[in-house]
Amino acid sequence: MPYVPHTPEDIQAMLEVIGVSHVDDLFAHLPAEARLDRSLDLPDGLTEEEVRQYFKQMARLNHGQEELTSFLGGGVYDAVVPAAVDALSSRSEFLTAYTPYQPEVSQGTLQVIYEWQTYICRLTGMDVSNASMYDGATALAEGISMALAAKRKSTVILPETLNPRYRRVVNTMMAGEQVNILTAPVGPEGTILVDELAAMLTPEVGCVVIQNPNYLGLVEEVDALGRVVNEAGAVLVAAVNPVSLSLLKTPAEYGAQIVVGEAQPFGIYPTWGGPLLGFLACADQHKRRIPGRVVGRTSDGQGRPGYVLTLQTREQHIRREKATSNICSNQGLNALRATIYLAMLGGEGLVELGEANLSRRAALRRLVQDVPGVEVPFAGAGFNELVLRLPRPAEAFRAFARSRGLLAGIPLDGVAGCGENDILVAVTEKRTAEDLRAYARVLAEFLDGPEEEEVQA
Amino acid sequence: MSNETCPTGQTAARRWNAEAPDSIFAKGVQGRRALGFAPLSGDLSGDLTGATELPEAARRAQPADLPSLSEPQVMRHFTQLSTLNHHIERGMYPLGSCTMKYNPRLNEQLAGLAGLADLHPEQGVEDLQGLLMGLKLLEENLCELTGFDACSLIPAAGAHGEYLGMLVIRALHLQNGDTDRTEILIPDSAHGTNPASVVIAGMKPRTIKSRQDGCIDLDALREAVGPQTAGIMITNPNTLGLFERDIRQVADIVHQAGGRLYMDGANMNAIMGKARPGDMGFDVVHLNLHKTMSTPHGGGGPGAGPICVTAELAPFLPGPWIRRQADGSLDLENQPGPGSTSIHSYFGNVGVCLRALSYMLRLGGDGLTRATECAVLNANYLLARLKEFLPVTHDKGCLHEFVASGSVWKQEYGVRTLDIAKRLLDYGLHAPTIYFPLIVDEAFMVEPTETESRESLDSFVAVMETLWQEARSNPELLTEAPHTTPVGRLDEAGAARNPDLRHLGPCNC
Repeated sequence: MPYVPHTPEDIQAMLEVIGVSHVDDLFAHLPAEARLDRSLDLPDGLTEEEVRQYFKQMARLNHGQEELTSFLGGGVYDAVVPAAVDALSSRSEFLTAYTPYQPEVSQGTLQVIYEWQTYICRLTGMDVSNASMYDGATALAEGISMALAAKRKSTVILPETLNPRYRRVVNTMMAGEQVNILTAPVGPEGTILVDELAAMLTPEVGCVVIQNPNYLGLVEEVDALGRVVNEAGAVLVAAVNPVSLSLLKTPAEYGAQIVVGEAQPFGIYPTWGGPLLGFLACADQHKRRIPGRVVGRTSDGQGRPGYVLTLQTREQHIRREKATSNICSNQGLNALRATIYLAMLGGEGLVELGEANLSRRAALRRLVQDVPGVEVPFAGAGFNELVLRLPRPAEAFRAFARSRGLLAGIPLDGVAGCGENDILVAVTEKRTAEDLRAYARVLAEFLDGPEEEEVQA
Repeated sequence: MSNETCPTGQTAARRWNAEAPDSIFAKGVQGRRALGFAPLSGDLSGDLTGATELPEAARRAQPADLPSLSEPQVMRHFTQLSTLNHHIERGMYPLGSCTMKYNPRLNEQLAGLAGLADLHPEQGVEDLQGLLMGLKLLEENLCELTGFDACSLIPAAGAHGEYLGMLVIRALHLQNGDTDRTEILIPDSAHGTNPASVVIAGMKPRTIKSRQDGCIDLDALREAVGPQTAGIMITNPNTLGLFERDIRQVADIVHQAGGRLYMDGANMNAIMGKARPGDMGFDVVHLNLHKTMSTPHGGGGPGAGPICVTAELAPFLPGPWIRRQADGSLDLENQPGPGSTSIHSYFGNVGVCLRALSYMLRLGGDGLTRATECAVLNANYLLARLKEFLPVTHDKGCLHEFVASGSVWKQEYGVRTLDIAKRLLDYGLHAPTIYFPLIVDEAFMVEPTETESRESLDSFVAVMETLWQEARSNPELLTEAPHTTPVGRLDEAGAARNPDLRHLGPCNC
């Protein structure tokens, strides 16, 4: 029997110690009406090699970003994963360890989280980070809850330029708290209209969210936004791609008090969108409202430094129904991966990563602008992602490009003021000059072709 | 405290030959690099620099101050850190309610395959046929295991599954026009996430007293239900490891009052192939794949907490739903309607689900049943061998875990359960779950799981016998434990009073 060590002799000897004659006797106290009176209708067990072959067959029926050339983003990116990240994070000591509730035998996990918290604080300019969240969307919802609780208000403004998947999760998670959700409109530049937002800032508003760079890959007018939100006395929550913080102004610099985001590009495989790595950081004044685990540094009886889970009086195992969040875990192994990734990168490496992303975005912009009929509708500064406006539906281009081995991007129909001809293209540090040229070539080929071309996937 | 003063032989305390490394933020040296990125090649690079994309005004004033390290330094730092952890492959975790079983390496290898790990969540179904086939199979297997009709793999953790379970029950009542059904009954022995999940789903928890054995008091239940009842949340087997014997009556009472039953499936390892929540009258169950289905805890996550539900509740599960087409291909369908539910950016912790699928395929139906049998056998064996000096309050035979009480140790020797737990760390074992459930004095909750061998259980018993002797002859060994770990008991009160939550000071020298 896989993974179970018991021999028939073991079982016999153990039953004797217990004082029963058969394993079934151990279940005799289950009430008859609750018993399953048949075997489970599941397939027979397989050998290790049979399971492996089943999975390899599954993998063969898929087509991933290793096989195709990916320009997909929208929150999850085709980013470099260094070998050291895989090697270290697969160590049993990290992989198979439990939650660090016994700090004396969990200093490895705890120090890693403390270092992760430090990295996130240094990237965002915040004072306090938690040990991680499920993903960027749930981190945002938790950040909004914190802000509204701090202000004792129940109205939040979300920007139209927010990731629509984040908006859906926020809608669900705020429904239970009866929060009033307003939307700040997007302008012709693809960014929030600051004046329109300012006019919405009534005293009922406790929290304003911005995403920077926004879902369209554009840098918002963060200084002006931060000013009007703070003048109105609301809490500014920033949702950010942490890779962009290599170069972009930190949320602290423009007055955000809570920062959330998705750290998947720091060494985490996309695996169809999970497990990911949400993060949540805040200014010192909010630290006792931060959800989830937090690690602090302290010392033992001999004065040796050590780390523990702390601020636990916020948590649901103490506060039960008075808790404001029910999160009881963190994405520990992925936080480890991101911490190793950032250690590999260092400060200079981080800047180089940012520049690599920027220069590729610039190169793609120039290449596609040479393709007749293609427009880059938003001229403002951006990072990592670019919107293209095509003379024909983006969905048709997506299918055409896929038949040429390219994952062309995310059609934007109905998102942030965009129409059916708009597509969101992500360009990461992994894309080569040849990849970028191929993109422009396939785009030109598509636009040269007949309107009604049947696309063979 | 040196090794020599500890008992010798098999049960000697283990010295921990590891020291904590300095913070990584104190190790940087300007100019070192482990990872770099090539500039664009050829004519494309040209005059293009980041400056054309990002004006000075949008940039941060200072680059982030991060330590610069070489790759060998990084490898050493994290390898040294790793040696400070207890983990399954070092020694046993007798952790009640946590099911710390062996994490098969096969699962890790397969979830990391190209064609699975490299799938982007915005890819179309034409690229996902193998993945969707596997996830659909997992959904169907979990439904058969639990006796339900539909499954959502999306919840990223057990608490996330509880939350989704509450959302679907609430959605059903709202659709039926029962806007006043907002009360969820929770026994006082429940885990703290249960009431928290109820509240964030927009409902109200109402605590009902359980009997001395942690089971539901039927009279208290009958009094509590009414037109305000949305449902009840029950852990079965309960937090004392006992099966809720009146579960059918509980289900009848709640259903007749118009409520629905939610089962916290944290203890599913006790009943696989023996009993199914769906057959007992439950409407929703969540499973912890990181417990029952052998996926690793990773020092705190990621796990996965799928829920299985009755056909009545299936329409309220969040999309996308995986649908099998007439031609055998698989498609994704969004949950219809404007008020659709969304609890994660994408489809939850898919990589964890793949690991669980690998485990379920490897074991098969008989293997899962066998896992439960051996888990229950191991728990009963430990109970029989330990009860002499760790009495069990409810000694009617346990399932996969039992709750003992250390109150005799406290009365006789002034040794608390916390001290026993900390002394176990010196012997290469993890502590059990202690002081939970609250209804047992000096609770000491043990769950060995099926992957521990008889020898390993015997050595745990031998360590406990040694500790019993130590408590009598030299209780300070326990009250001041642990002695051999990289650090001793830490000042948790000080950590909370003056939080030090990040490294300060410059990085590179």
